[in-house]
Parts: sequence; structure tokens; C-alpha cells
Amino acid sequence: MAIAIKAWPDQTTREAFPVLNQRVHGKPLVYLDNAATTQKPQCVIDAMNQFYEVDNSNIHRGVHELSERSTRHYEEARAKAQRFIHAADWREIVFVRGATEGVNLVAYTYGRRHIHEGDEIVISAMEHHSNIVPWQILCEETDAVLRVAPINERGELLLDEFEKLLGPRTKLVSVVHVSNALGTVNPVAEITRIAHRHGVPVFIDGAQAVAHMKVDVQELDCDFYALSGHKMFGPTGIGVLYGKAALLNKMPPYQGGGDMIRSVSFAKTTYNDVPYKFEAGTPNIAGTIGLGAAIDYINEIGLDHIAAYEHDLLTYGTRQLENIPGLRLIGTAREKAAILSFVLDGVHPHDVGTILDREGVAVRTGHHCAQPVLEWFGVPATTRASLAFYNTRGDIDALVAGIGKVKEVFG
Amino acid sequence: MLNDLYQEVILDHSKRPRNFHQMADATRHVEGYNPLCGDKLKLFVKMDGEKVEDISFVGAGCAISTASASLMTETVKGKSREEAVRMMERFHDLLTTEKPQNGNLGKLAVFSGVRDYPARVKCATLAWHTLKSALTGADEVVSTE
Repeated sequence: MAIAIKAWPDQTTREAFPVLNQRVHGKPLVYLDNAATTQKPQCVIDAMNQFYEVDNSNIHRGVHELSERSTRHYEEARAKAQRFIHAADWREIVFVRGATEGVNLVAYTYGRRHIHEGDEIVISAMEHHSNIVPWQILCEETDAVLRVAPINERGELLLDEFEKLLGPRTKLVSVVHVSNALGTVNPVAEITRIAHRHGVPVFIDGAQAVAHMKVDVQELDCDFYALSGHKMFGPTGIGVLYGKAALLNKMPPYQGGGDMIRSVSFAKTTYNDVPYKFEAGTPNIAGTIGLGAAIDYINEIGLDHIAAYEHDLLTYGTRQLENIPGLRLIGTAREKAAILSFVLDGVHPHDVGTILDREGVAVRTGHHCAQPVLEWFGVPATTRASLAFYNTRGDIDALVAGIGKVKEVFG
Repeated sequence: MLNDLYQEVILDHSKRPRNFHQMADATRHVEGYNPLCGDKLKLFVKMDGEKVEDISFVGAGCAISTASASLMTETVKGKSREEAVRMMERFHDLLTTEKPQNGNLGKLAVFSGVRDYPARVKCATLAWHTLKSALTGADEVVSTE
């Protein structure tokens, strides 16, 4: 990539994230749990405070000033989200609670309409529970079948094997863009091409991707794409489900309530147009506005810049961890996001996590809501360090020093 | 501070767990599971009337859960059902209350440091939850959740 890596992030970038400037157990906080949730910059916090302090009102149908302001900001956030993932039309952006709700919405509406007994849904072996369980629930109800595309020992999807699973009964492919447990970046454009060749629509879970790389849903040509705001420096409880307009228009509603209707009578209710058809009830307005601010913030820094910097950090981190005797990286895909999942000989990840915490280093330990893939690797749990652009080589060094401490205790 | 958690006795029992084997002639066996971390253990108990004549376990877990299971088997072997249940209550007390009653916990007192690590309390109690089920309940998978 042609972008020069400057000495970055500088002090001002880190200071933009209030949470990062603290000590934990007497040590400076080193936050390496970004795949679980990212920290929020001051501008996101300010945007949400501004809403509650100045503009708070319910959206749509209000004729007063505050309601007009709230509605404008809410819909501006939708336009920002549309541009962020390069959707063709603002109506293709449905606000949901997060990527999990995005999967469930599609399973509940598209799935119940189009997937029947004997039909098949294809997922990958590296899915998060949120892209397994909603389909299992659907399969249980409809007697459809869930098929799982296998991976290799690096944690890469086997595309040939994947294609072999596609047949006349395949009704949907649902795969993760970036694996939260392994860091694998799936070739989602190619996956989509292959699936479309068989006439199968594709859902992509982009929760781990959007804060780290440019996503263009038109270029990918995927049919659905879901993301979570809190994994891209925005608030919790807000996310986006993208769907191609032609599909969304034909889908039945998700939840019934206010805002999703055009007219209601006891005899007959007509539904609103998309995206409102899928947004019943008062939404998370402040969260939506916070998500809009997070998108502005990411754009200001530039995703190309973020991707190049994180790649450099991943290369450094991989090298440093590989030098530690007894450490095995779980997930070594050639196309990988900045996630370092590992096991340490003779020490359980929970013990690693507790000792690192006392050194101020926050990592996640456990199965990362991806039990099947860890089982495939033959480990019940891993320690996972997941990076964001505000992390530095110094943070990696602190992790390595912390692992040294673990070895001291368990020596 | 860390040394309060990872005391020598705990490290020793985690690396060389005692009574760590299956038991063919067990009168009861129960599985314990901590869904938060995936720790699993299988507990075997051989009762002689009201007495815990023999007890063993197998499974994979962190240092705290393995050491806790190991020390538990040592502690309750030969005790009566009632004594074992009382011991469990005192152990739970040790981990969760500010000023635990100084009951006769013996070696189990090494787990007092766990109290300062709330996220790890369930690691230490998994084996005991499983024992409770083995002594009082039905054969089933016991969860800490």
C-alpha cells in the first residue's frame, strides 16, 4: 500500500479517547480487547450528550422544532452509514441494535418467507455464535438444514469445499467478513460471486471488519451486510443492516409497532416503506447519532490509513509473539485482521488473562462466542489480543512483558 | 497481590492435581460446566452409606478450577455427606463475603485470595457446585450460570 506509516497514533489521537488515559492496578491501561468493543472518542460522547442536552425529542411526525432537529440528525446518520458502506440508496440502511439483530432480522423475515423444509443454509466453520444460532432456530422451525463449509489449519475457508456445498436446495449463504476468534479476512467478494453463480443470496456479518477496512457493499455485491456501532468507536445498542432494496421490499416486517405502519385499523394494517417497515417503535436515537459521529471520525482519519497502520502493527505483534517459546497462535490466515489469538503451553487462558490484567493489559480469554471453531483447533479457549488504530508497538511490548510475567508465576 | 491468588499450594495442585482419574466403581458421577470459560470437569463419587468413601475427577480447566477440584477431593474424602455440604457452604462464604467466619477450612483457606478477583470466583466454585449435585441432586450437567 502506498500510504506511509507515520509515527502514529500520536498523543492527541490517544487523548481523544478518554478511557485510554487511565491506570489500572497502578499500571497504564493497555487496551487490547477491541474485537469485543472499541473505545469511544470524545466527539462520539459529545454528540450523544448534545442530543440529550439540547435536541432530545422523538423522531418523525413531530411538528415542533426539537422533533425536527432529532429527525434530521437521525436521518443524517442514515445517510452517513449509507456512504460509509457505499450502499446505492439510503432506504437500504436499516437501523438495528447490532450485527446480531441484523442476522436475526434476516432469519426471521427473509428466512421464514423463503426457506422451507429440506432447504439448506450454508455458513462457515469460523462463525460467531450470532451467525450460527439464528439459523439453527430457523432450521428447527422449518426443517431446513444447516451446512458448514470447512477451513484449513491456518483458519482459512476452503473455497472449493464451500462451492461443493452449494446446490439446488441452497437458499442462503451467511459468512463472517472477519473472524472475531481468528482474525481471518474472508474473500467475501469471491464468496459472493460463487454463491451468485448458483443463484444463492449472501449475508455478510461485518461486525469485525468495518472499523479496520473499507467496505463497499456494491463492489462486494452481497445481498445483506450487518455491522455493530460499538465495534467501530460508536455506542452500544446500535448497528446497521444493509439489504438490497429489491430484497428488503419483498420481506415481511420484523416487529410490529409504531413507525413501521402506514395506516392501522382493526380490519387491516398496511406497512410503511423500507427501511421504516423494519424499525418498529422509538429507536435508539442517541445511539444512531453517536454512530454517525463515529463514522465522521473514522472518515477523518481514513480507513486506508487505519488499515495500513494496523497491518504494520499486526506484523510486529505476530513476530513478537512467535518469538515466545511455548506460545501457539490460533489463526494464521494469510489475509488477516489485527487479531492475535493464542494459547500458552501449560497455562489456561483464564490465568493468562488475570495476570495480564494485573499488568494493566486488557485482553479477552475464553471461547469468544465461537466454540465450534476453537473445538476445530482442539482448544477449549484462547487468549485474544485484538488491536485498533490507537494501539502502538509499545502496547504489544507490554503484552509480551505481561506474558513473561505469566511464565514467571507458572514457571 | 498476584501471589495472594496464585499461592504455592494452588500452583502445585493445578500442575499435579490429586485424585485425577476416572473411577469405574463410582456410585455417582456428575459433569460440571462453566459456560463462561468452557471449563469442564467430571466428578466421580463412591458413597458408603452416608460417607464419601472415595472421590476423583477429570477435566480441563484453569489453574484455579483445577486446584480447587483437587483440594476439594482431598478435603472431603472420608467425610460424611453432611460434613461435605457444610464444608461447601463455608468455602462459598470464604470466597464471597467480606468477613468470612473462620471455620475449619484447613488447606482450603489458600483460596481466600480469589475473593479479590470476582471474575474468578466461579472457577473456584465449579467443583463444589458439581459435588453438591453429586451428593444431593440428580445426575445431570451442572452449570455455574
